[in-house]
Amino acid sequence: MHPFAYVAPSTVAEAVAELSKHGDRARPLAGGTDLLVKARANVWELDAVVDIKNIPELMTLTINGSGLSIGAGVPCYQVYDNSEIAAQYPGIVDGASIIGGIQIQSRAGLGGNLCNAAPSGDGIPSLIALSAVAKIASVNGTREVAIENFCTGPSRTVLKAGELLVSIEVPKPAANSGAAYTRFIPRNEMDIAVAGVGVFVQLDASGKNFESARIALASVGPTLILASAAGDSLAGKPVNDETIAAASALARDAATPITDMRGTIEQRKQLVEVLTGRMINKAVERARG
Amino acid sequence: MVATYETKTDYKVIGNSPIRHDALDKVTGRAIYGGDVKVPGLIWGDVIRSPHAHARIKSIDTSAAEAIEGVFAVLTHDDFPQADDKTIETGEGTVNLRRGQSNVMADKKVHYKGHVVAAVAAVDRNTAQIAAQAIKVEYEILPAISDVDAAMADGAEVILEGLVGDHLGEKVENTNVARVFRHEFGNVEDAFANSDLVIERTVTMSMIHQGYIEPHNATAIWAQDDNLTVWSSTQGSFGVRSQVAGLLHHPESKVKVNYVEIGGGFGGKTVVYLAPIAALLSRKSGGRPVKLVMDRSSVFEATGPAPGGKIRMKIGVNKDGKIQAADTDLMLEAGGFPGSAVGAAAICVFACYNLPVSRITGYDVLVNKPKSAAYRAPGSPQASFAIETVIDEICDELGFDKIQFRLDNAAHEGTRRGDGVQFIRVGLEECLVAAKESDHWNSPLGDAPAGKARGRGIASAYWMNGGGKSTCDLMLQDDGTVMLNEGSADIGGTRTSIAMQAAEVLGIPVEDFHPSIPDTDSIGFTGVTGGSRTTYTTGLAAYNAAHKLVVELKSRLADLWETSADKIDFNEGTFTANGDSIGIQELAGKLGPTGGPATSTSSVNLAEAGNAYGVHICDLEVDLATGKTDVIRYTAVQDVGKAVHPQYAEGQIQGGVVQGLGWALNEEYFITDEGAMANRSFLDYRMPTSLDMPMIDTIMVEVPNPLHPYGVRGIGEVPICPPLSAATQAVKEAVGKPFYSLPVKPGRILEALNGD
Ligand SMILES: Cc1cc2nc3c(=O)[nH]c(=O)nc-3n(C[C@H](O)[C@H](O)[C@H](O)COP(=O)(O)OP(=O)(O)OC[C@H]3O[C@@H](n4cnc5c(N)ncnc54)[C@H](O)[C@@H]3O)c2cc1C
Repeated sequence: MHPFAYVAPSTVAEAVAELSKHGDRARPLAGGTDLLVKARANVWELDAVVDIKNIPELMTLTINGSGLSIGAGVPCYQVYDNSEIAAQYPGIVDGASIIGGIQIQSRAGLGGNLCNAAPSGDGIPSLIALSAVAKIASVNGTREVAIENFCTGPSRTVLKAGELLVSIEVPKPAANSGAAYTRFIPRNEMDIAVAGVGVFVQLDASGKNFESARIALASVGPTLILASAAGDSLAGKPVNDETIAAASALARDAATPITDMRGTIEQRKQLVEVLTGRMINKAVERARG
Repeated sequence: MVATYETKTDYKVIGNSPIRHDALDKVTGRAIYGGDVKVPGLIWGDVIRSPHAHARIKSIDTSAAEAIEGVFAVLTHDDFPQADDKTIETGEGTVNLRRGQSNVMADKKVHYKGHVVAAVAAVDRNTAQIAAQAIKVEYEILPAISDVDAAMADGAEVILEGLVGDHLGEKVENTNVARVFRHEFGNVEDAFANSDLVIERTVTMSMIHQGYIEPHNATAIWAQDDNLTVWSSTQGSFGVRSQVAGLLHHPESKVKVNYVEIGGGFGGKTVVYLAPIAALLSRKSGGRPVKLVMDRSSVFEATGPAPGGKIRMKIGVNKDGKIQAADTDLMLEAGGFPGSAVGAAAICVFACYNLPVSRITGYDVLVNKPKSAAYRAPGSPQASFAIETVIDEICDELGFDKIQFRLDNAAHEGTRRGDGVQFIRVGLEECLVAAKESDHWNSPLGDAPAGKARGRGIASAYWMNGGGKSTCDLMLQDDGTVMLNEGSADIGGTRTSIAMQAAEVLGIPVEDFHPSIPDTDSIGFTGVTGGSRTTYTTGLAAYNAAHKLVVELKSRLADLWETSADKIDFNEGTFTANGDSIGIQELAGKLGPTGGPATSTSSVNLAEAGNAYGVHICDLEVDLATGKTDVIRYTAVQDVGKAVHPQYAEGQIQGGVVQGLGWALNEEYFITDEGAMANRSFLDYRMPTSLDMPMIDTIMVEVPNPLHPYGVRGIGEVPICPPLSAATQAVKEAVGKPFYSLPVKPGRILEALNGD
């Protein structure tokens, strides 16, 4: 492992200043559950690691009338242990509570999951489905990017050298809405998704028809996929097996998986279809309360 | 000569489950493992490994590494002394010293990805790693051979240059098949012609790894007087000693191996990898102690897994339910050097059945994968999968009850095993009867939830168990407690199960024993903890040593009581003669005037061992939309001879089942087109976790082993064998499709379901 400097600033300003000094030879450190593994495997050569856990703003969870703000360094367990989040954002909890095991969840967070940009990131599909936005800071100021545009390829994001994710902003879910995420793994824990599907649905007041839906896929492409056609196909349609099956088939079409050690193209496409159906049903159930 | 015993039945110590002597040390983290070893002046070693599965080494340039500050030594194969061209025992296998050296560090060619090419020693671990990466190796890449078909194809690239294969006695050059051998009785063709039904199938299975938690490690000091001291995680210190001495052409008396606790081995820690490198690095570094620890990916890529391979199996049967003949070709992957478990596979493959006619042909096949090593009943799980797959189809086809059919054809005392050995008293029939009467077999499978289907599988398997050499010393202390030294690495609580056997003889509570495992200078030779030999063999040494101690104490007591030793009786810890009586622990304090401390020692070398059988029942549920499997109920029936410590015995069976289920359902070396293992981490090498397993129920049948005074048989290995087929047949019953390739992973199940 290349020797690196460890710095732990206490403000965003200090952090971005430190990052911009080193260009792409510095990286922020949240829980470290991806960063340390990659550094030890010599994936990168880093001169500096900038720990963000001393920056109060990045370690804060805020939930209020306008939505949920998840600081970039907040570990998963704080997300799923929060009863308000569990009630209002069960789709996010579905993802946060299956990343690794308890030890990993005590350190790892959704911010790190997003910035790591693995196509299999379990925390990301629900954020896409819920139309969340990333708040980014640099020495030049701040900007916002929709989560579905954040990851651009395996381990690649829109972040430029010197930029720091500050928080993930999730809008308040509409009335009569629900969300859910699941993944397929051959074991019951500690595995990387062979395929993952996150769904958000909004029903009308009767609970019998879809008003809108967003469906996001994991592990079936070079990056997370917003299956727009699948989600849009549900808008204005009644909730029934037929409309759900049609959306599931469209989600399958949106998947562009490869064959590798975790699964084959055919298997993954089939899994997307199956899991999409299951997650739409679960989201509907949650929407109906 | 084989001693046989009338088995005892009234036990005081045996059959209880006392707390193991090392429990507190292990649960408090105080126990010392190889990775914990720290000695003054310690420096670190690291290695550079081949990125290619098959290549010729064109050049190695170590100059950049040597120039790095803090580097003490750089090592290549040229630094190894010429080893003798001879084969030595490793405990659960053998190693040719020349090839063993080439496996430890590549010589001219690399035979698998991860093969060590060079090593460095440096002031700290990071410097060693950076220096190792600075070594420049030029390769000429050769085609990687990843399975037995490719290895045996005409014109295949030859992996081991100079190998002369022994093919049924004929010497063959330019081959990847190191050995072809055959065991044959009667004429299989005639017997098949006379059978009512003949089924022939070919099954394949992937290479898989033991997956012990503790990675390989070694620390060595090569002192100025050429005395070499080694610490290394191993199943047997003496195995490390003989391999290090042999590979480095160094006298055994100048090699001392210190015992350290072991964090799992399952057969994989019977072979040395790092110890010879640490030793030579220490010598080149002026005698500084050098330590090396592998990372997980190196453990996967470069340390002995269990062979994958291909097995053809043909069985003929009559409508009356009697097997007429069986014929098999066993082709197992040796890895980059000769020596797969195919010999043991041949011993085990037909051992559950009483076959009038049989033929077994074994092939030891080189492929560009790590050199395979022992893994829990090496060779038997693969063999069991093959035969039980065909037996299950025969039962389905002819409508036989799957237990009754096995009973009608079961091996028993006097049956000739496929390799010719005749069985002494064995317990397969008792296991089958226990399975037949079990609650599990007599309970319905239950209805699966919507979208899922259930199936039940049953399978049996065999392991011959090991004997060999062991030593145990006893030292009775003045206060009546006993120091017990024995040479077996403690795996699964063997300190205690060995001490219990001495305690039973002496009538002293096992809690008053202090069992230790000394270094190789301080105890007689003892083979590895492997082959399910330890409780049986080292236990017998403890039993014999205890009897010798009684003899010694009688002669001492004869002085005190002024009588002759043969007038003294000894029973359950009390000596009596002419109305006098004294307890053994009380006597211990009175030995001073009789000649001082009383000690005894016993070394044994057992040619034979009791055989082990298991019969397993597996209920499993399949998600028909995703192919996911969940084992929902499991019962393992096993003949344990005598369960010395029933909790450990049960733990061994449960552990074996879990590993077997992993092998059946998800574990595999996923090999890329370039011959690399893609899934070389615990995240992607899918061993079962605790959430994947139901409670594993056990039924322990006790058919005493006539070769041991307490009837002890080895128990640790056979339980890994039946799950491969039991789980596979359960999936077959659930989804109505047969499976001939392991693992039966969700993707394969989906493929089969979509196959219509
Ligand atoms: C045993 C194990 C099991 C795992 N299981 C899963 C799983 O089931 N599902 C899953 O999705 N993942 C899994 N992971 C991966 C990992 O735990 C997750 O991706 C986790 O969410 C990463 O979060 P972290 O806080 O540890 O990130 P870190 O490792 O700290 O950071 C990850 C990356 O993001 C960058 N980064 C972090 N914070 C910021 C920031 N504020 N601004 C810009 N860049 C930043 C880092 O520089 C690094 O490149 C597993 C990992 C391990 C070791």
